[in-house]
Amino acid sequence: MELFINQIVSGISTGAIYACIGLAIVMIYQAIDHLNFAQGEMATFSTFISWQLMQWGMPYWWAFVITIAFSFVGGIALERVLFRPLAKAPILTNVAGFIALFSIINSCSGLIWDFTIKQFPTPFGDAPFLGSQLISTHQAGMIGVTVLMLIGLYLFFTYTRIGLAMRAAAALPESARLVGINTSWMIALGWGMAAGIGSIAGILIAPVVFLEPNMMLGVLVYGFAAAVLGGLTSPLGAVVGGFLVGIVENLCGTYIPGAGNELKLPIALALIVCVLIVKPAGLLGRPIIKRV
Amino acid sequence: MSAAEEVVTEGQAVEAVPKRAMTLGTGTSLAVLVLLLAVPLFAKNFVVFQMTMLLIYGVAVLALNILTGGSGQFSLGQSAFYAIGAYCAAILIEQYNVNYALTIPIAGVLCFAVGFLFGQPALRLSGIYLALATFALAVAMPQLLKLNFLEPWTGGVQGQVVDKPDAPFGLPIGQDTWLYYFTLVITVAIYILSVNLLRSRSGRAMMSIRDNEIAASAMGVNVALYKTLAFGVSAGITGVAGALGAIAVQFVAPDSYTYALAIQLFLGMVVGGVGWLPGSFIGAAFIIFVPNIAESVSKGLSGAVFGVLLFLVIFLVPHGARQIAIASQQLAARFKR
Repeated sequence: MELFINQIVSGISTGAIYACIGLAIVMIYQAIDHLNFAQGEMATFSTFISWQLMQWGMPYWWAFVITIAFSFVGGIALERVLFRPLAKAPILTNVAGFIALFSIINSCSGLIWDFTIKQFPTPFGDAPFLGSQLISTHQAGMIGVTVLMLIGLYLFFTYTRIGLAMRAAAALPESARLVGINTSWMIALGWGMAAGIGSIAGILIAPVVFLEPNMMLGVLVYGFAAAVLGGLTSPLGAVVGGFLVGIVENLCGTYIPGAGNELKLPIALALIVCVLIVKPAGLLGRPIIKRV
Repeated sequence: MSAAEEVVTEGQAVEAVPKRAMTLGTGTSLAVLVLLLAVPLFAKNFVVFQMTMLLIYGVAVLALNILTGGSGQFSLGQSAFYAIGAYCAAILIEQYNVNYALTIPIAGVLCFAVGFLFGQPALRLSGIYLALATFALAVAMPQLLKLNFLEPWTGGVQGQVVDKPDAPFGLPIGQDTWLYYFTLVITVAIYILSVNLLRSRSGRAMMSIRDNEIAASAMGVNVALYKTLAFGVSAGITGVAGALGAIAVQFVAPDSYTYALAIQLFLGMVVGGVGWLPGSFIGAAFIIFVPNIAESVSKGLSGAVFGVLLFLVIFLVPHGARQIAIASQQLAARFKR
């Protein structure tokens, strides 16, 4: 029983990583209706920037804030320059654009900061959290920040005018334009916010997985799985999905004989597919009703 | 609009392509065929090998094109079917001494069955959720091939070497050249079959599902059957490509068939033009040659150069090579007048 609880606790702490990324994915999906494959690379790039700032002697929290601001502006710039011209192109062409962006950013951060693994500092410390050996103060802090971010987003989308405008632009672009919302800029804003959230996620997980250009590759798959499992229309779903994926993955690795590290991911994904077959819109997602 | 908040106007994932616009004219097709036949006469062995790979990837992209451009379903798991085809051929040739030519239809049938079965649960999913499910298949496949208890057949992580066949009947041509012609014959056969499939009743049924599923079912199209059938056919053709690929590369290993391959095939389809069958081969040329070009421009930044080139292509022709073909057709028509 103790093993079971321990595995769940450590699943929650890895799940927090997936929840962060999943949240960023859902954000951008809400804003632009596409899954951004370059999300992870954007986050990695931001994390490198904050690492560079700290190398230059900047205090942690200053670097943190500047990185988020930079990512926010960078996300908007990417949308304006690269994806706005593609707005009328077929969806699959947009997906190819994400893959191209992925390749460019990955290659650039490899060239600028090379492929050696780098240590990344944590503001929360690495001591055991409340005497538990499985979860460190950093992981607890990570979960705390994820929860705070979720509450902040909820308040932003529910109680601010601009949050409401963003939701309107994503749900019914034509009607939103009719009431005077600049939908094109709402999309850009969505990109900026997603890039900002992604950079927070990157900075939070870098101390755990270590910083290198391919840091996000594995994590992104889990993040997608988390977002899809929870339902792409629900930010809360992404967080719940992230924790579930973390727990399921850990339990699979422990209890299924012969699964080990290699088969953890396939089994977790297979389980998610099974869930999706029962609930095609994800656990907390709203089924899309189409007018015909 | 009383139920306005419940109505989501969703963009068509795959644009509708009329079936007449899916192919080249007869004259152009024949010219391309003659050109392909002539390649080994004036090209070096390595170029012939690259052309063989181009045809093989072209067939795999074509298979995805039937699935996505034909029936409107999206897959990021084609590498899994490619791997099954490749391993099927390798195991049959090396361990059961089956003739290499026979392994290709066997791989096709096996993959058709796997794809058809996978299409059953996939019926419940659509769009991005289907993409994730197929992606899961692509991620799982290399890991499954590495499993210990399959090692006597698959050769585990090390993979397996496959012998390259000699030209039959004592033909005075090299192994590479023979393999090229062998691949070309199969490619042409599959191309003709696919074109005819999309022109047939089944093809029309698939396209009607792509364009409007509800209208299709109201017209009496068996939606479930044709969706799974599209999956099966696509997987079967991908399996044939995989088997050919195993024979051409002479080696199979789990890590040659990761999801990166599935993404490459997807890029090939977009660059060639979704739903335009000849574009598959143009897309295959893109995914084979452009990374090499990027590498030669800059070693350290090859990924960035590749990304920039890809952006250039989708900026200039968002609808892929099909757009160029349509534009040149219209230009030709204007000159005739």
